[in-house]
Amino acid sequence: MSTRTGRRVGVPRGVIRDSPLRPDGVPKLRGEFEYAQDLRAEGMLWAATVRSPHARARVVSIDLGPALAIGGVHACLTAADVPGRATFGLEHADQPVLAGDEVKFWGEPVAVVAAEDDDTARRAAAAVEVRYEELDARTDPEEADDRDEVFRRLSIRRGDQGLHGSVVVEGEYEVGMQDQAPLGTEAGLAIPDGQGGVDLYATSQYVHVDQEQVVASLGLRPDQVRAHPTGIGGAFGAREDVNLHIHLCMLALHTGRPVKMVYHRSESFTGHVHRHPAWLRYRHESDEDGRLVRVEARVMIDGGAYASTTSAVLANACYFAVGPYRSDSVAVDGVGARTNNPPCGAMRGFGAVQVCFAYEAQMDRLAAALEMDPLDLRELNALGTGDPMPTTGQVIETPLPTIEVIRSLQAMPLPEPATMAHHSELPGGSGLTTEPHHVRRGVGYALGLKNLGFSEGSDDYAQARVRLTPDGAVVETAAIEVGQGLVTVLAQIVRSALGISRVDVNHVDTSKIDSAGSTSASRQTQLSGGATLEASVKLRQRVLDRHEGEELDDDGVWKGDELVVSWSVLAEEDWEETVTFRHPPTTGPDENGQGVIHADFAVAGHRAVVDVDTELGLVKVVRVDTAQDVGLALNPQSVRGQIEGGILQGVGLAVMEELVMKDGVILNPTFTDYLLPTILDAPDVEALLIEREGSWGPFGAKGVGEPPTISSTAAVAAAIRAASGKELNRVPIRPQDIALE
Amino acid sequence: MEIVHPNSIDEALAGLGDGAIPLAGGTDLMVEVNFGHIRPERVIGLRRLAELKEWDGQRIGAGVTWRRIETHGPKALAEAARTVGSPQIRNAGTIGGNLGTASPAGDGHPFLAAVGASIELASTASQRTLTWQEFFTGVKETARRPDELIMAVHLPAGLPERQCFGKIGIRNAMVIATVCAVVTRADDGKTTVALGSVAPTPIRATGAENMISSIGHPSAGDLVEFQRLVSEEVRPITDHRSTEEYRRHGAGVLARRLLERCLS
Repeated sequence: MSTRTGRRVGVPRGVIRDSPLRPDGVPKLRGEFEYAQDLRAEGMLWAATVRSPHARARVVSIDLGPALAIGGVHACLTAADVPGRATFGLEHADQPVLAGDEVKFWGEPVAVVAAEDDDTARRAAAAVEVRYEELDARTDPEEADDRDEVFRRLSIRRGDQGLHGSVVVEGEYEVGMQDQAPLGTEAGLAIPDGQGGVDLYATSQYVHVDQEQVVASLGLRPDQVRAHPTGIGGAFGAREDVNLHIHLCMLALHTGRPVKMVYHRSESFTGHVHRHPAWLRYRHESDEDGRLVRVEARVMIDGGAYASTTSAVLANACYFAVGPYRSDSVAVDGVGARTNNPPCGAMRGFGAVQVCFAYEAQMDRLAAALEMDPLDLRELNALGTGDPMPTTGQVIETPLPTIEVIRSLQAMPLPEPATMAHHSELPGGSGLTTEPHHVRRGVGYALGLKNLGFSEGSDDYAQARVRLTPDGAVVETAAIEVGQGLVTVLAQIVRSALGISRVDVNHVDTSKIDSAGSTSASRQTQLSGGATLEASVKLRQRVLDRHEGEELDDDGVWKGDELVVSWSVLAEEDWEETVTFRHPPTTGPDENGQGVIHADFAVAGHRAVVDVDTELGLVKVVRVDTAQDVGLALNPQSVRGQIEGGILQGVGLAVMEELVMKDGVILNPTFTDYLLPTILDAPDVEALLIEREGSWGPFGAKGVGEPPTISSTAAVAAAIRAASGKELNRVPIRPQDIALE
Repeated sequence: MEIVHPNSIDEALAGLGDGAIPLAGGTDLMVEVNFGHIRPERVIGLRRLAELKEWDGQRIGAGVTWRRIETHGPKALAEAARTVGSPQIRNAGTIGGNLGTASPAGDGHPFLAAVGASIELASTASQRTLTWQEFFTGVKETARRPDELIMAVHLPAGLPERQCFGKIGIRNAMVIATVCAVVTRADDGKTTVALGSVAPTPIRATGAENMISSIGHPSAGDLVEFQRLVSEEVRPITDHRSTEEYRRHGAGVLARRLLERCLS
């Protein structure tokens, strides 16, 4: 038996609260990481999609002949070829796999083709002759509401509806349609298994829900379809819905060959759902001291042609319509309209972003009406632990450090005026439009609140398995790494819980493990992290019990100074532990929208500093500083990465990111015209992580992915208002909104 | 798609016509191909032709890249070059390619219009030089015949030292112009104002030029009038990038600011 001589001292490196190197970081930087776009298989065909050029039309006929006549074309499939359920959908299966009698949005898939190479497939898609009879596209969500064409209505009434305040501010607000614009476009490879089943490797945030939908539409047994996690170049909500998944599997089974498809950039803009555009009407009433007495809101979002997650996004928008503030009396009415616009669904912030832009503008207006400091007004009304949610009445039981967030923002020093010595410091940048004397500085604040995890009574769980191997430990999971750092943090959790240093994370397919749920709702660190922690703790205890040990490390099991079992012997014993982790249960809303709707909450605040060329309406976002409620930062560098990226996405919505629509057609589906912020548009960021124990996440961690995007847009808008003196009730704020009357 | 790599100008010219498309940096052409807007039968690659990369005083070869212009060009043209795409685009894209595409938003065009540049074209049969006004005929349309190659840009001698470029876009880099402009002012007061993205082709605001050229020391009121005239003379449209009203406003403000910069 060995003794403690030579034993490594202390805990392994790369445990929680460290920021170890990401295992996927170097391969991604070197271009060696395999993304879904890079997948290949022997004998592989390429697929392409025939899409509707109309926002609404009757499909009169489809002639596949010209496409099939092209050499190298192997298959051309339409709605008639869908073997199982004709429709799919995340919450309601209302969207045709391929359009039948009618197309309902511009870019809706009508047919798919497979050919020897990408170019031939695209030529074949173009050669399919579809005759349409164009119908009137219904693109106005208010008219849809009048016609009762809605996915969901939600009314919230809380408190005495007769209460009124003496100070009243009202406003109407609008949020344009933002796109997730992940740099990796939709891509995938389906491989037939030769026995009627298929293996699917495709861009996804949620392989189990893809698998269920493929099974249904292909009319197969669940065990015949295996959906595999693969390399994802960004998601932000765009990969929750099925797009090319069923098409690829249909073509693979039809041709008997592996089939690959990669959306081009423009196709990606039509091939995934977008952030809902929103129209918001608000009335805030307070007493003379600024205490909110009543908040009324009307929330309209346009869900487009098919359901996707519109019901849940609308609910979120309504539940968070007041923000992190107390109010005794609340009335919210929400509508998720059905139109012939492109379907909208999940995007980072999930409904909380749109209302935040409006309620924070309202809070600034109220502060102005009261002649109060805007942060003092927010602090006076700050929602905290033990308070009922102003909308649902749910008592907040986990830590909600709203006041600490406000005070942290207050305490952060403001930056010096810019030297403006270089054009990169000025609005207009390299365009050389602006001299320092054209610039006015503005500062704006905003706070945002959102739920973590799935809500409204959904059975939200994640399964993870931890196994011991000769090399250390392995986590098995079907949770998707989209770039956010899940593989890093799961390994950190295992190192902390087991006390060993060598840990790998293996993504396994849907046949090998139960669902981890979606990589969305800021939930994977809490849910899959929770499952991984519990599995690790149980596994360690079982090992120690079996060998009557006291400690576990890379060498094996120790009792006092004695190594009772070496790692190599231990690893032969086939140790594994599988855990399904659930967060506290939630309920659906009652008839007044009341209930224990959410599992956890997070609050964040942003302070934006902008320099505005008011005559030309050009904006330079100088800084966006933040304080964010993170529970416990398991990987501080990853948390800051989420914060900086999330803020940049919020800045994008504030000043440039919008899909411009006309009669249901997207006018700018390219990176030439859908503008994402460049590094010259990126503000400096100082982030304060507010850590409070008490959340049910592993070690008290909260999800951190969405809060950075929620109030950063509102803060930038407030800062531009302060600089320009304009009301600016719409984002993105365009140059003409600032420069013209 | 057939790709031809000529080793001489004569070879390149011989390959033109019959639907052949010349390829310089490819930063416009490949986008068009990628979107499926065009499917060229034959592409004539120009990158091996050293002659097109020659830059001799006032004659800038069509194959000179924006990166070279950014570092070696006349002031306002260098400023324009700095705003062409990203560093990668500037290393590939050329001044000749910019002319061949003839986008209304072409970043290099206002400078050529402001200084009165001309464009040299060649075919197997002939060689000719067109003024910029003759060359630009419409949105992405030029007087170049399919059998002709853009050989070079000729700048006039004695460019005014006071020359400024500016470009309004809604991103601070790598953006298509909402409005772009060049203003030059000679020692005798002669002022030129050329604008892009506000008409089918680059245009000169001649009314504003005439008004301000005769004033040796413009007053604040003169500058306001100059701005108003520029706004009146442009012919912008409303599209998904901006509105007619804003482009009109932006054109006037930008031209006035560039003039102020020239005068300071």
